[in-house]
Amino acid sequence: MAYDKFTILKSKAVPLPTENVDTDQIIPARFLKATEREGFGDNLFRDWRYDVEGNLKKDFVLNDPTYSGKILVAGKNFGSGSSREHAVWALYDYGFRCVVSSFFADIFKNNCLNIGVLPVTISAEFADTLFAAIAADPTTTVEINLPQQTITLLATGASESFDINEYKKDNMQHGFDDIDYLINMSAEIEGFAASR
Amino acid sequence: MEKNTLFDKIWDTHVVKSVPAGPDVFFIDKHFIHEVTSPVAFLNLEKRGIGVKYPHRTIATPDHNVPTVDQDQTIKDKLSRMQVEKLRENCAKYDIELHDLGSAHHGIVHVIGPELGVTQPGMTIVCGDSHTSTHGAFGAIAFGIGTSEVEMVLATQCIMQSKAKKMRISVEGTLGKGVTSKDIILYIISKISAAGATGYFVEYAGSAIQSLSMEARMTICNMSIEMGARGGLIAPDETTFAYLQGKQYAPKGADWEKAVAYWKTLKTDDGAIFDKELVFEAADIEPMITYGTNPGMGIKVSGNIPTTQGMEGSNKNSYLKSLDYMGFAPGEAVKGKLVDYVFVGSCTNGRIEDIRAVAQFVKGHQKAENITAWIVPGSREVEKMAHEEGLVKILEDAGFELRQPGCSACLAMNDDKIPAGKYAVSTSNRNFEGRQGPGARTMLASPLTVAAVAITGRITDPREVF
Ligand code: SF4
Repeated sequence: MAYDKFTILKSKAVPLPTENVDTDQIIPARFLKATEREGFGDNLFRDWRYDVEGNLKKDFVLNDPTYSGKILVAGKNFGSGSSREHAVWALYDYGFRCVVSSFFADIFKNNCLNIGVLPVTISAEFADTLFAAIAADPTTTVEINLPQQTITLLATGASESFDINEYKKDNMQHGFDDIDYLINMSAEIEGFAASR
Repeated sequence: MEKNTLFDKIWDTHVVKSVPAGPDVFFIDKHFIHEVTSPVAFLNLEKRGIGVKYPHRTIATPDHNVPTVDQDQTIKDKLSRMQVEKLRENCAKYDIELHDLGSAHHGIVHVIGPELGVTQPGMTIVCGDSHTSTHGAFGAIAFGIGTSEVEMVLATQCIMQSKAKKMRISVEGTLGKGVTSKDIILYIISKISAAGATGYFVEYAGSAIQSLSMEARMTICNMSIEMGARGGLIAPDETTFAYLQGKQYAPKGADWEKAVAYWKTLKTDDGAIFDKELVFEAADIEPMITYGTNPGMGIKVSGNIPTTQGMEGSNKNSYLKSLDYMGFAPGEAVKGKLVDYVFVGSCTNGRIEDIRAVAQFVKGHQKAENITAWIVPGSREVEKMAHEEGLVKILEDAGFELRQPGCSACLAMNDDKIPAGKYAVSTSNRNFEGRQGPGARTMLASPLTVAAVAITGRITDPREVF
C-alpha cells in the first residue's frame, strides 16, 4: 500500500555493527503468525532484546536509552536469509525509516523499498566513520537527503552519496508503490499473458 | 549471433516492459503461496478493491506453520490455525488451487511443485519464500519475494525486478564416496561466504553437477540464497525430462514433444559471457558441516574451526559472538562433539532420496541414546513412498521418530523446536541463531552425515562409520 513520502530525514542514529544480521534475528519465525501487518515492532530483534524469561537484555543497543532515532546503522550483509517482509514491517513499526549499511542482502533491500524504508548503501570506510561518530556522541544528527542522494554527519559535514535507481527514488519521494504502476499497465500485461 | 546465457534466455522472454532507469516489468508464469507470507497480500488486495488476476497461475499449500502430528485434527495453536484458515478462505474466494493438510499432494511448497510437475524448464516462478530458488534445478528462473510482491503477482502476474548479474559456478569431476550434493553446496558457500553471490543469479554447471539426480540438483539450487544469490539454475537435460515425464501437470502427448524440443534450447551458448565465473574440483570436496551461525561458516567434518588470525574489528567480534553462541572455541575440532538432536527434513533434504539414503545407512543400527532423531518428509507423497518402500519401518526400528509433512524444525514456527543450548545436526539450510528454536545450536550437514551422527551420538565423518 502507499506509504509515507520520504525526502529529507534528520535524526539520531542507532548503531548495530554486528555483521551478517539475518532476518531470523530481525524477527524470529515464531512471531510471524499474524494475518495482519500490525504490531511487529514489539518483536523486532526479539531474542537479542529479551532473554528466555522475557527480561530485557540491558546490553543490547535497542535497550540502551543512550541511543535512539529513526536511522539504524547496521553492519555488513544486513538482512540476509529469509524473504520475510515482516522483518521490514518490524523495523518500520518500531520507528525506523532508514537503514544504513555497507552491504545489504538483495531481497531485504527490495522489501525495504517496497514498503518505504530507505536502504542506504555506503562504503565500509564511511560506515566506520558513522560508527565512530555515534560512539563519540550518541546524539549526533545524521541527515539522509533522498533528492540529493547524500548521507551527512551534520556535526562534521562528513558526507557520502548513495545510489538508488530513478524509478525507486521517485516512488519513495511520492509514496507510490509498484502495484499502482503495474495496475496502470494492465492492458499491456494482458496482451503479454495472452501470448504465453 | 548473440551469445546468451540460460538466464538471459529465460529472463528476456519474460520482460513485459523495461522501465527507463528502473526495473523490468517481469512476467511470472507460476506463483506458489503458503499461509505465512500471503495473508497480508490478500488483505491489501481487498483494501484496494481488486481481485486475483490469473488464479490458475497460483498454487497454495500450508507448510511453514503447520503441526507435524495429528494433521487430521483441528490445529491446536490458535494463531497457526487462523493462518491456515485464512489461506483456505482466500483460496476458496479467489479460486486458487489448494493442496491442503492431509490431501494427496500436501507438503512443503518447494517439494510439491516439482512433484506435481508444475515446475518446468523455462518458467519464471516466485513464492514468498527465499528457497524458491529450489525450482531452478529444472532450468527455471525461480526466486523468493516479499509480501508486497506476492500482492503484485496476485494483482497483475508481474513484479518489478532489476535483472541480476550472472555468475557461473562449475564443479568438475567425480564426487568421492560419502560426498553428496549437500556437501557440494556447503563447500561452495564456505569458499565464497554467505554474501559471496549477492546481486547475482548463479548457473551451476560442470560434469559433477550434470551427473546429479534432480533431487540432488534441487538441494544445490535450494541453498543458492545462502550465499546471497537471488537464485540458482541448472540447464535442463535428459535427467530433467525423465523426472518430469508423466507428472500430473507435465505436458502430455504432442505437447510433451513440443515442450522437450523447446527445453532442449535452454542452455548457455558457448562463449556467452558471465559477470563472474568460478570453478571447483569435485575431488576436493569432503563431507561438510557448519560450526557457526551462518551457512558460510562451514568446514569439512574432519576439520578444525578457523582461528581468528587475520580478523579484526567488527568482523572478529561478529565471528566470536557466533562461536560463543555455538559454545565452540576458535581452532578446535568439531569431530567427536556430542550432539542432542538430528533433524532430517526441509525443502533442502526432505525428499525421498534423502530418506532412502538415511534409511540405507541406519539399517540394522540403533540411534545413540543421547540423540533424539526426527524425520519429517517434505510431502505426503514422500511420506507415502517412505512407507511403501519399508523405509519408515527401518527408521522406526532404529529409534527415529517420523512426523507428518511440513517445514517443521527447519524454522521451528510450530512445536518442533530444538531446546535452548542443545546441539542439532540438521539437513535443513539455515543455522542462524534461534532458527530451530530460541537458543538452539544448529549444525548443517548432509543426510549421510546426519545418519552417522544419529548412530554415534557425536559429530562423525560418515565415511568412518559405514
Ligand atoms: S523447509 Fe525451511 S527453508 Fe524450506 S520452505 Fe520451509 S521453512 Fe523455508
